[in-house]
Amino acid sequence: MTDTDKTEKAPATIGTEEQTVNEPAVHSHGEVVGVRQGMFGVKGSGDTSGYGGLVAPKVFPSAAQRPYGGWYDEVADALEATVRLEGVVIHRGEITFHVRREDLVAVAKHLRDDPALRFEFCAGVSGVHYPDDAGRELHAVYHLLSMTHNRRIRLEVACPDADPHIPSIVGIYPTNDWHERETYDFFGIVFDGHPALTRVLMPDDWPGHPQRKDYPLGGIPVEYKGGTIPPPDQRRSYS
Amino acid sequence: MSTTEDLYAGASETTEGRVFTVTGQDWDSVVQGVHEEADERVVVNMGPQHPSTHGVLRLILELEGETVTEARCGIGYLHTGIEKNMEYRSWVQGTTFCTRMDYLSPFYNEATYSMGVERLLDIEDDIPEKAQVMRVLLMELNRISSHLVAIATGGMEIGALTVMTIGFRERELVLDLFELITGLRMNHAFIRPGGVAQDLPPGALDEIREFIKLMKKRLPEYAALCNANPIFKGRLENVGHLDLAGCLALGLSGPVLRSTGYAWDLRKTQPYSGYEDYDFDVQTWDTCDAYGRFRVRLAEMWESLKIVEQAADRLSGLEGAPVMVADKKIAWPSQLAIGSDGMGNSLDHIKHIMGESMEALIHHFKLVTEGFRVPPGQAYVPIESPRGELGAHVVSDGGTRPFRAHFRDPSFTNLQATSVMSEGGMVADVIVAIASIDPVMGGVDR
Repeated sequence: MTDTDKTEKAPATIGTEEQTVNEPAVHSHGEVVGVRQGMFGVKGSGDTSGYGGLVAPKVFPSAAQRPYGGWYDEVADALEATVRLEGVVIHRGEITFHVRREDLVAVAKHLRDDPALRFEFCAGVSGVHYPDDAGRELHAVYHLLSMTHNRRIRLEVACPDADPHIPSIVGIYPTNDWHERETYDFFGIVFDGHPALTRVLMPDDWPGHPQRKDYPLGGIPVEYKGGTIPPPDQRRSYS
Repeated sequence: MSTTEDLYAGASETTEGRVFTVTGQDWDSVVQGVHEEADERVVVNMGPQHPSTHGVLRLILELEGETVTEARCGIGYLHTGIEKNMEYRSWVQGTTFCTRMDYLSPFYNEATYSMGVERLLDIEDDIPEKAQVMRVLLMELNRISSHLVAIATGGMEIGALTVMTIGFRERELVLDLFELITGLRMNHAFIRPGGVAQDLPPGALDEIREFIKLMKKRLPEYAALCNANPIFKGRLENVGHLDLAGCLALGLSGPVLRSTGYAWDLRKTQPYSGYEDYDFDVQTWDTCDAYGRFRVRLAEMWESLKIVEQAADRLSGLEGAPVMVADKKIAWPSQLAIGSDGMGNSLDHIKHIMGESMEALIHHFKLVTEGFRVPPGQAYVPIESPRGELGAHVVSDGGTRPFRAHFRDPSFTNLQATSVMSEGGMVADVIVAIASIDPVMGGVDR
């Protein structure tokens, strides 16, 4: 059996294994965001270590089940009264609400304005690129803080690479102006409704969006005392 | 060609109107040019290389006479792709990169990143007490040095040069302590996932106590120089006004938020690293202006000094205690030591791995070349940096490198308030407003 055979089979097996019993359909949104192969990042040559055939899924924490405990339920109840959540993940004491992009503006407005929620402080948006998470490659992650109730939550919105549009929430949290420009700059997520979505850190005429995983790091080999050290993205890596 | 002629200065015609390049001492040509055009509206491009813009910040100001009608920031001149680079290094090496972002408060960058990684590793409760106390000690010393620079450069930009010279004089003392403890004056990479890199060197506590004693004498000098100084107050009072609603809408935190009278400080409201065990107060002011921010910073240095004192007392009782988690799969195995050829791995450790234990050699090799794996997930552990809420959004896919590390830098967010703080004011007040935000461009551009 060649390596390619294993690769093609791998995702299917993983998919079935991940189907936990008695789980409602809500959980869905791929906690498996990719597959790790081999161990020492060897590509294109024979791997003599014996670990070359290793296939391991990259599994993110799965959706939490009710009751979430503490104030998590209050916030979740209030949100579910307005929109249907894609999923709720609680990991290491941090709660993440996965929201559909069309609901984002309503959710953010509700979170800010409802006196029981009162998330008046937004710590900006952070983009994450999951190239293997088909149909949800680009994620926008918002960290919200309620100073009134001293709570923190995370909102996560995903959009496909082919249609990289997410509504802007600058109208609700003006602080996100530069943050959304930054995420557009580095990931190419277009925030619809942003007053002036231009690059903010890279030069205006820069081609591409540098923080995407398919964008190379760049760099040149460095020679030192007869030895040559390749640039960081071409060095051996331990996948 | 005469020596007074400047090849790069002068005027040129564009479709937008006449453009003047001003290089200093040639303001007359602009004044005359504007006079000829009979146009009161001038767009001034200030920076990115300008001594008063607080770093490589570019300001585009639209002026009517001396009044600023519109102010915009141009940033990105110091962007070095630190977040992208971190994705190509191990989790521990990440500290080496992020420490260089906000170069005036390097320990905070390292701390928020390390605490994010620790949360993902689920070892937050295993960090030894001594490491926590050392983190607090270093962070509070760093707050003093950072606020000193804020006050010093802010003073310099309005022409108060004595404030600058004494500010840098005291900062130097803090940097000396950093050098003694970490080996470097900045870019330390000292706080690492699992603890800190190295134990306190002998004699460090005495030096710290000497410093506290000296600072108690010198901090009042700032108050004596500035607090009631009519020129200083004249320049700072009612300048750069931003109230609480404005701060929350624009996401401002730190001294700017506290200058509105709201006592929000993450060290009190969401304590980390054991801050709940220290006795200190959150300092506020209620004028919402640049003067209030100056007073908040000045008072915070006193509070930091109090915390440093308490941390030093605790450390004297923790001699010989571990500074790194016990888990050998995470803790860096070697300690640094000074040898005849400079600083390097301690000879004891070399002897152990080369002569005594093959397993130790394997573990050392694996940890140094491959690093450790971090379980998949994401974490955000914000801390109160001298400039406000600093947080690292750390994402792992289960590998030996960060899948994504994004820093929510307070300078980046706070700088957005430039327009609202300076529009409608005088052009000279723009400088004061920006200095009161205290942006560090290394953190803004990352």
